[in-house]
Amino acid sequence: MSRIDPVEPPMPFSEPVLALSTEMLGRLMPMFLWLDARGRIRGMGPTLARIVGPGAAGGDFARHFTLRRARGVEQSREAAFSGRRLGLTLVRYPMFNLRGLAVPLGPGEQADVLVNLSFGIQLSEAVRYFGLTEADFAASDLAMEFLFLAEAKAAVLGELTALTGRLQLAKAEAETEAQLDPLTGLANRRAFDAAMSHAIKSAARGRRNFALLHLDLDYFKQVNDTLGHAAGDTMLVRAAHVLRDEVRRGDLVARLGGDEFIILLRGPVERGMIESMAERLIARIEEPVSLDGVDCRISASIGVSIALECRPILAEELMAEADAALYQSKRAGRGRWTIAPLRFAPRPQA
Amino acid sequence: MLGIVNKSIQAFLCKHHGSMVWREVADRLRLGPEGFEAMLTYADETTETLLAVAEGLTGKTRETLLEDIGAEVAQTESLRRLLRFGGPDYLEFLYSLDELQGRAQMALPDLELPELTLQSEAQGRFTLLVRGRFPGWGAVMAGLMRAMADDYGALVLIDLLEPRGGVERVQVELHFTTYYVARQFDLAPPEFGEAE
Repeated sequence: MSRIDPVEPPMPFSEPVLALSTEMLGRLMPMFLWLDARGRIRGMGPTLARIVGPGAAGGDFARHFTLRRARGVEQSREAAFSGRRLGLTLVRYPMFNLRGLAVPLGPGEQADVLVNLSFGIQLSEAVRYFGLTEADFAASDLAMEFLFLAEAKAAVLGELTALTGRLQLAKAEAETEAQLDPLTGLANRRAFDAAMSHAIKSAARGRRNFALLHLDLDYFKQVNDTLGHAAGDTMLVRAAHVLRDEVRRGDLVARLGGDEFIILLRGPVERGMIESMAERLIARIEEPVSLDGVDCRISASIGVSIALECRPILAEELMAEADAALYQSKRAGRGRWTIAPLRFAPRPQA
Repeated sequence: MLGIVNKSIQAFLCKHHGSMVWREVADRLRLGPEGFEAMLTYADETTETLLAVAEGLTGKTRETLLEDIGAEVAQTESLRRLLRFGGPDYLEFLYSLDELQGRAQMALPDLELPELTLQSEAQGRFTLLVRGRFPGWGAVMAGLMRAMADDYGALVLIDLLEPRGGVERVQVELHFTTYYVARQFDLAPPEFGEAE
């Protein structure tokens, strides 16, 4: 068994010198590296020997290790062994960087050098790659704590990621639920308000115009009063179906409450298109429905306001215009549409 | 109490008493069937109610229930692995229990594990002192240590002693450190997709 002794005898009155066998040293530092002045490997700790291969002993240091200050930058031997932090790459496993400290074992150029190495942050990968066990580390090494923490952290992170996913899903569901009218499945007032303010911002940036089509069912109260609420609900659901059916993709249909609906027309807005849509809506809502053998007839009045390109608009203003137009349709005898600025349409031909 | 404690009780009930029992428990606690979230914090009373309901439905005493839960925790692969970092054999594992609270705290600062102190009594005989914020951790530890003995392949006798001075006590008699074949444990976790 080789002994590591200083090359020069200790100076008188200097600190006591410690003599260790390589076996003892290997237990304390399983990754030590002992080099002579010419750079030959005189000994290695058992873990390092497992990794580099026991045959490396006696060979040249440079065949198995590359000195690095940073990746790609070779470090001079003098600088590396000067007692500063040291970086090494394994020649056979260039993906692994080792770090450590080199201490000259005596004064002068001819002194041996003792290096203690560790894996640093690549510990987990090294453990996997080289199949290391607890016995490969010194009992004082924090490697076990590091591995424990890395694994515990991964488990906690996995839980948190899964939790975030579940919360995200629940949030999305709650949001959708909060924006839908439960009876008709149309958007509710809240969703409409959000879509409206978005449309106004979009129009302000010159993106596109939009129009509001405000629709109120006529004779709905009679159905409710004479045939009951269930019949009334059926008529509402059917009207909602007609509205959804007639709008274009990109338009938003909302139920504002009671028998009041509104459509946000977000596509290209053209007067002729709005007129024919309004007529189709009224015609289809007027189609009689048989409920328990009784023919139910309702109709609808419509008021439309158009957000014009060239002037700034307010949501309230536009809503008030559509409201006024709707009121005009009602006053003119129901079952008709009006486009603001108030311009009456003839009663559509059934 | 951090949800992971409640979630462990939930996992135990589902696995050993069936989802019907769990659903009944969840109903009585007014929880959704998905139950607890491991990383959220719940009121301490929730855990107490959970255990009381579970006792009633399983017909087990509190002590047996907690021991079984402790054993189940130690058999959950991810936690079993974390416990095996305690040492290469059961004796080292026992010594590492002193550090378990600190290790758990490093991983999950909100998880309040009890303070554990291992006392050496005689050759191969130890007493684990358990000081927790709630009574019952002693029984959990007894179950956990029994399951880990199986994992390490050690032959042990474990007894829950009467508490003394508010400190719960678990007695361990270690007869053989390696008596059976230990379960596989590599320092590197199995890679994704690898069979456990």
